[in-house]
Parts: sequence; C-alpha cells; structure tokens
Amino acid sequence: MKTVLNKKTRRLSTMTDTNLLLTITIVVFVLMYLSAMLFIGRGFLRFQMFFNILNENAALIILSCAMSIVMITGGIDISVGKLTALICMSAAVNLDYQGGNVMTAVLLSLAIGIAFGLVQGYLVAYLDIQPFIVTLAGMFFAKGMTTIVNSTQFNVQNEAFVALKNTRVYVPGTGYVNRLGVYVPAYVEIGVIIALLTVAVLFVVLRWTKLGRNFYAVGGNSQSANMLGINVKRTKFLAHLLCGLLAGIGGFVYFLHVGSGAPSHATGAEMNAIASSIIGGTMLTGGVGNIVGTLFGVLSLSTIKNIVTMLGLDDAWWTNITVALMICIFLVVQSLVLLRKKTKAKA
Amino acid sequence: MKELTVKSNSLKKLTQMMRKQIFIPVAALLILIIFNLIADPSFFQISYAENSAGDPVLSGYLITILDNASELAILAIGMTLVTAASGGQDISVGAAIAISGSVVLRVLCGDNPRPEELQASILTAFLVSCLVSMLFGAFNGTLVAYFNIQPMIATLILYTAGRSIAAWINNNRLPIISEPVFGYFGTFIPGIPIPTPIFIAALCMIIIALVLKFTTLGLYTQAVGINQNSAKLNGINPQLIKFITYVIMGLCVAVAGFIKVTRFSTINYSVVAADIEMDAILAVALGGNALSGGRFSMVSSILGAYVIQFLTTTLFKFNVSSSALPAYKAIVVIILVVISAPTVRERLSKFWKRVKATRAGKEVA
Repeated sequence: MKTVLNKKTRRLSTMTDTNLLLTITIVVFVLMYLSAMLFIGRGFLRFQMFFNILNENAALIILSCAMSIVMITGGIDISVGKLTALICMSAAVNLDYQGGNVMTAVLLSLAIGIAFGLVQGYLVAYLDIQPFIVTLAGMFFAKGMTTIVNSTQFNVQNEAFVALKNTRVYVPGTGYVNRLGVYVPAYVEIGVIIALLTVAVLFVVLRWTKLGRNFYAVGGNSQSANMLGINVKRTKFLAHLLCGLLAGIGGFVYFLHVGSGAPSHATGAEMNAIASSIIGGTMLTGGVGNIVGTLFGVLSLSTIKNIVTMLGLDDAWWTNITVALMICIFLVVQSLVLLRKKTKAKA
Repeated sequence: MKELTVKSNSLKKLTQMMRKQIFIPVAALLILIIFNLIADPSFFQISYAENSAGDPVLSGYLITILDNASELAILAIGMTLVTAASGGQDISVGAAIAISGSVVLRVLCGDNPRPEELQASILTAFLVSCLVSMLFGAFNGTLVAYFNIQPMIATLILYTAGRSIAAWINNNRLPIISEPVFGYFGTFIPGIPIPTPIFIAALCMIIIALVLKFTTLGLYTQAVGINQNSAKLNGINPQLIKFITYVIMGLCVAVAGFIKVTRFSTINYSVVAADIEMDAILAVALGGNALSGGRFSMVSSILGAYVIQFLTTTLFKFNVSSSALPAYKAIVVIILVVISAPTVRERLSKFWKRVKATRAGKEVA
C-alpha cells in the first residue's frame, strides 16, 4: 500500500505544472458534466446540450486562447471584450449600410484586430509600457469607437450573411428521437468549427514551433530567455499581434453568432476570458499554460453557468457568485501547486 | 556666452524637473488648463447659484471637477498603497463600492425599501459598511498575501461576484431614502456653499498624509514592493504589510461608497461606480507610479485622479457624448503614457544631446 502511494506521489511530482493543472481542469469538467447528467438529467443527457454550450461560447473560446497566449508571455490584454463589440458594430455597419459583403466584413474584422494588435504590441514590447495600461487604453478606445461608429443596436439584414449565420452543421449519430418519434439531429454552428480549428492550430504552434516555445521562455524568465538569444521584444510583440488577430477572428465569430451590432455586445468577455484561462491552468505570472486547458476552462465555466440556471436558481446573482467561487477554488489549487514546487525545490 | 550658460542651466533645471515623478500629472493638468483657457475661458468661472433646496451654492466647472473627483481621489489613495506593496492592482473596487453602498442602505432601511424613518443612525450605517468593506478587503488581502495569488486575478473573484452580492444584500430591491440629512453628505450641507464630498476627500487626504508622516507604513510598503525578500531580512513581515494595504483599500472603498449612495440617496447595483477601478488604476499610472510596485508618490496619484476628472469634464463641456468619451480618454492616456515611458524619454534626451552637440560644433566652427 505504501509503495503504491509512493509511486503515485512520485508520478505526481514528476508531472510538470502545466500538465498537472491541465489534468485537474479536465477532471473537474468531466466530473461536473457527469454529475449534471446524473442529477439533473433532462437536457444534459442529449448531445445538443453540449453543442449548445459550444455554440454559445465559440467566440469566447477564441478570445480565451488569445488571452492565454498573452498571459503565457507574462502580459495581459483586457481590450478583447470591447474589441469584439467594436468589430461586431463595424462589420454590421459594413454589411448593411456600406453595401459590403461577407468577405469585406471578414477582412474588416481581421484588419481591426490586427491594427489593435500592432499598436498595443508596439507600445508594450518596444516602448516598455505596462500591458495592463496599454490594453486598458485599448479597451477604452474600442468602447468609445463602438458608439462613434454607430450608437444603436440593430440586426443585420444582409441575406448572404444571415444565410451563413443560420447554417447548421449536423453532427451524425448525435441526435435523439423526440416524443413524436421524429429524429432530431444535433448541430453546431460554423463558429464552433472555426473555434476548434483555432484551438488545434494554436496547440501545434505552442507545442512544436520555435515561436510557441519562445512564448513560454519569455514568460517564464525574460532575462534568461534574452541570454539564450531569444528576441524578447519581438516575441512579446508577436504575442500581442497574434492576440489581436485572434480577437479579430473571435470578434467575427461572435458577430456570426449574434448577427447584430450593439455597444453592449461581449460585455465582460475579457474577464470571462481571463477566468477561463486561469481555470484552464494558465498563470498570470507567465510561462505556464495550455491551450487545451483553456478550451476546457471555457467549457467548465459555461457548464457551471448552465447547471446553476437548470437548478432553478434563476436570480442573476447566483451565476456570478458560483463562477466567482469556482475561480476562487481554482486559484487556491494553483497556489498550492506553486507551493508544492517550492517545497520540492527545498527538498 | 553668459546667455548660453543661463540657457543650459535652465535646460538642466527643466530636465531635472522632468525627472521628478510629479512632473507627469502636473504637466497634464497644465496642458488641460491651457487648452481650456484658449478654447473658452468661461470654463474657469465660478458663480453663485441656487440649488434645488433653495440654498445659495457655488457652481461652475471647477467645482464640478473637485466634487466629482472626490471618490476617485479617495480610491487612488488605497490603490497607490496596494500597487506599491503588492505590485498589482485591485480591480474589485467598483463592485466593492456597490457592496458598501448596499450595506449602508440595508442598515438604514431594514426590510422596508421606502422607510418613513431611518432604522439606525447614519453613523452606525457608515461604520457597519466600513467593517464589511474591510472584511472584503481582508479577503482580497488574504488571497494576495498568504496564497501568493496575483492581485489582479485574486480581486477578479470579488469583481465577478461583488455586484451580485450587493443585489443580494438588499434582496434585489432598490431602497430610496427620503431623509434629507442623508443627502447632505453627497450634496450640500445647508449654509455651506461648497459640496460636502470635497471636504470628505480633503479629510481623507489629511489623514493619509499624517499616517505617512508619522508611521512607518509608507516606508514599509515601499520596502516590500521593491524587494520582498530583503524587506523580510530587515525584519518586516511582507505578508502582513500587503494584507494591511488591502484592508486600507477596503476602508477607502467604504468612504467612496458612502459618498456614492448619499449623492442620490439610492443605488443601482449594476451601474454604480462602473469602471471606476479602471480610472483609479489610471490615476495611479498617471501619477507616474510603477504599476509593478515599489516607490510611490501619494500626491502624484491624487493629482492623477483630479487630472482624469478634469479631462472628463472638459470633454463633456465640448459635447462629447458620454458613450463616446472613453475613446478620447484613451487617446489622451496613450499620449501621456508614451511621453512618460522611460525608453521614449531616453531617446528624447539622446536626441536633445545630439542637437546640442551639433549646435556647439557649429559655434566652434
């Protein structure tokens, strides 16, 4: 018995922080979803429930990935939420008032995202200004610009866009037979496919490319990264640029989901993205994190929100309080992981 | 020749001044004042007018700025200490203000959202809200100091839950207090023409000035912020210092929240003090304080808070709509931050030197 335990602790202690935190996240998500299936049943027993969570959060997944990358390099970007609102509004105006088509809307979204990434990246990396202040200004700017572009909410009427928005990708073998005996297939939206592709690409980039490894090195210890010959400034700049590009994609995916422009879109998305990244095991101190963890972070966050609503605790405050509680628990776990590292180093 | 030395002396003085921390907020304030003077000197007019209660009060843009900046200035005090000690910012202050305001109303109103008589004295309500806010501050402080969690992330918890907790304290009702005395704290005391929040803010500043002068709080906070380990070796308990700064932040939040609720004698949980945390952090940054902790200048931070309000009021005066305001604010902030960035300054001073060298070379030739 003792040897088994020893073996287990040894295996646990040889695990890297990234892997340990990732495992915790995935286990928590699976447990949460299973218990929801067992005790709540109803919708949770159908695949569509899971797909709906994905549909609702496709944009958040991309934004959280953007946040994770910046956080891995030791920075932060709190402008992504308001940037999403700005992109939605600009794309909507482009489609309905300026006679644009879907292609121009996509290009416009990406251009706005990249422009923000360029400016913020330059200010953070080359002028050495604190990322929090730079992106705070970016957030203010995006927030103000949204209402300057157009101050009222409106739904996009462009036919090609609406057709794209309503496109459903049916996933074979996941539907269910309803009471009338009709087979209802389960579907996901296009945004989900984009989001999952993004996650896959970023996973490869972070794990197997030089750029990805540089992100970790710079976030872990920028001085030693510098001594290893890594161009720290350029790496930070590229991280913010990539974040901007992803925010552009995420903004368009959000737009594709809601199909309207409004200044109130994606309110608090930046904080949700940060929370998802943390739950997924990314640390704000930099150098630790995983894109797959971030994906599960988003899923956990939205699953718990769904569970709270399903339990009939409709009062809006319960969702926020539960989410806060969840972040709190994950933070304490992370801090314990760090402590474990310290004691290991002492031993 | 003599002229030249005088010139170089004044230049030296100028560069010395520029190096001082307080230069940034003062320069920003001067730019804003000059801009307003050129655009419309009536900005600085102060006149006597009657308020809704029929008392003669001072009115004018300057009074509005001083009045509305009170909460921000008070929060800047706490935020400066928190930033200096823990090298991070408290982003939960807006939500915490909602909580403290909600507590004040709950104590005063009891279960009835439209009370005929107050259920407790205003002082009791204020003290209870101070206690609650300090408890929440202690919660943040515990996470930051003892669990070693990044401040921004630790306070994200209260940021998420705060407004919900505030709504829950009053069962999601919006109490309104009709007692006029309650409103005196946020508006005017009859017979005194200056808004009360200005006095409250001034009082807070005097208190913090005395505390920094006569206690070691300032010194210890900076020591912990600069190097936690060496502070520890010198017999300072860094965790305790960090914890204390968060509790002080809680106290500042309680005062700011009290002003906020007394302004309108009611509260709107989702809107009250929205985004004020960002402004408070901005005030600290505009004050030239490093957001990564260490040395701080309280005067600069407070001045930074007034600069932000000055900017906001100026923009309002030029008919910028409140929703478009952040965009202009962002541009100003970016310009200020870029000018004050160390790398930019270095490049500028190098540029100056080169200009001077070529000039001197020409003179010799």
